[in-house]
Amino acid sequence: MSAHNESILREPLITGENITYSKITDDILAPVENKPNKAWWIGFTVAALFALLWVVSISYTFWTGLGAWGLNKTVGWAWDITGFVWWVGIGHAGTLISAVLLLFRQNWRNSINRSAEAMTIFAVICAATYILAHLGRVWLAYWCFPLPNQFGSLWVNFNSPLIWDVFAISTYFSVSLVFWYTGLLPDIATVRDRAAGLRRRIYSVLSFGWNGSVKTWQRFEAVSLILAGVSTPLVLSVHTIVSFDFATSLEPGWHTTIFPPYFVAGAIFSGFAMVQTLLLIARKVMKCENYITMFHIESMNKVIIVTGSIVGVAYLTELFIAWYSGVEYEQYAFLNRVSGPYWWAYWTMMTCNVISPQLFWFKKIRTSVMASWILSIVVNIGMWFERFVIIVTSLHRDYLPSSWVMFYPSVVDVCLFIGSIGVFFTLFLLFLRVLPGIAIAEVKLILKSSSHQEKQKLIREQKVDTEHAEFYQKSLIKYDSVSQPEYVNA
Amino acid sequence: MSNTNYILGHFENPDDLMHGIEKLQENNIGIYDVFTPMPIHGIEAKLGIKRSRLPIAAFCFGLVGTLTAFSMVYYMLVYDWPMNVGGKPAFAMPDFVPIMFELTVLFGAFGMVFTFFYANHLFPGRAPRVMDMRATNDRFVIAIDIQSNPYPEKIDNLLKESGAVEVKHNDRKYVSYE
Repeated sequence: MSAHNESILREPLITGENITYSKITDDILAPVENKPNKAWWIGFTVAALFALLWVVSISYTFWTGLGAWGLNKTVGWAWDITGFVWWVGIGHAGTLISAVLLLFRQNWRNSINRSAEAMTIFAVICAATYILAHLGRVWLAYWCFPLPNQFGSLWVNFNSPLIWDVFAISTYFSVSLVFWYTGLLPDIATVRDRAAGLRRRIYSVLSFGWNGSVKTWQRFEAVSLILAGVSTPLVLSVHTIVSFDFATSLEPGWHTTIFPPYFVAGAIFSGFAMVQTLLLIARKVMKCENYITMFHIESMNKVIIVTGSIVGVAYLTELFIAWYSGVEYEQYAFLNRVSGPYWWAYWTMMTCNVISPQLFWFKKIRTSVMASWILSIVVNIGMWFERFVIIVTSLHRDYLPSSWVMFYPSVVDVCLFIGSIGVFFTLFLLFLRVLPGIAIAEVKLILKSSSHQEKQKLIREQKVDTEHAEFYQKSLIKYDSVSQPEYVNA
Repeated sequence: MSNTNYILGHFENPDDLMHGIEKLQENNIGIYDVFTPMPIHGIEAKLGIKRSRLPIAAFCFGLVGTLTAFSMVYYMLVYDWPMNVGGKPAFAMPDFVPIMFELTVLFGAFGMVFTFFYANHLFPGRAPRVMDMRATNDRFVIAIDIQSNPYPEKIDNLLKESGAVEVKHNDRKYVSYE
């Protein structure tokens, strides 16, 4: 894989002139080795302020109890579980990029996997805070684990999906963390060997003494492959189990077998949208246009359109099956979603998730940085509403009309949600400062096979078909990191 | 030259490196180790390094996880404290599956990664045993032990012939120790 034979027809994964191995190191480590620029400080300050808001609102929740939220007797799950599922879903794209795309040998993952994995970890942290907060008495969180009766409870109920969720989310978090950190070791070693003084000491501890010998790399590759192999079913199982939290109940609108695939598709959909939101900014601020190219952006947009369409089909299937089932509670649940008091949430969801991603069928839109970024935000909003619709509209009017209520979020609910976004961005911005945001070793791996300069060299040396060469040159039109005359004349 | 213990040949790209290895092997010069900034595919075969047995370790750890999960849930729900919920059987096998799966993955992943760390002596705070600082950046380095190959000039020439951009003679094995 180091050097050989990639078809000239494939678009380049690395653009730019005179890219050498040392230039890759310099470029990627620039944000780590230099003082942060103004954009970073502005972003960090804003994010940290919101994170502070989170600290205040979560502290207030712990202090007063769940009464601080807008929950009531009928709607016992609302913004918190919506936030939880939203964040867990966002996290899934990281694992998908790092594991599934590795198994499928998609080399374009190499420059986006690191930051996507970091995103996974931070998103799962945000998700976990909701779950812990929703326990009410967070200091008794260890009751979720199977502890003997002397602790004051029976064994946990292993027949309950909520307990499966405890195991799934904690396994997912810890395995993702290990996967991410193992992948980071060679890159931390790179930082270490270029640093001096205290920085070197710190990175030396963090690098675990990595030295890049043959045997180390060989075992490293084995570990990466096996971890990818186990993470793939893991990521599917996690969101499947999250959907079981709903699907195994008897609540109209939740009790459906379509939930696992529908949730998994939704998770990938929202995750890729969040990767897009973050990376489009990061590539600009970190000046990584040569490594995260238009091909990467377009590929992610294609994943978004596929998963968005799957989600759309799932919505329609749900509607059809509700009608076809003949169960009046099920039918009412969906009628209420579409035209009840929360109709605006349902139609926001439909517009943001099903209709607007279809714009990516147009090549102009899918290869435009601005349009991709705006649509990624739209998808994020839509997926938040999806979870809100599923949770709140099912609960607020289920069986007994005498218990029907509306849900109104409290100020704390809102602050907690906005704050968790702040926590996420604070962590992500810190990550970009202290650790390489792109997997250096993995980008080096594809330099000789998939870079623009190597392909140009092949064309100059006339080693490829002229027709193929022309096709290749034409495919470069969409790249914003390749200047126009370069391909017109070549 | 008498102080030299290790000769390091620096190459600029993996193809030259592979060429260098071939050249040395043709001349029966033993290679101590090769340090690279990225994995080089096919290098293990060339250097005669055996396939990693980590996947086997992962499988065993995974199996331990499956069995742990099954026996734990079985003990708790069926043996120690069976509960009668509407007459349903306590041994509800399908409900055990998610936990068994999660613990398989957890044990397999952690077991394998820690085996990897153990086998390669990787742990936080370990002094990095780096023979050349640029081997993690942009150089592909072949290290040759002079004790077992006591003809430095020949090695120098071979390395240069095969495309080494720099040849270093080190008296210390690890340059990373300050």
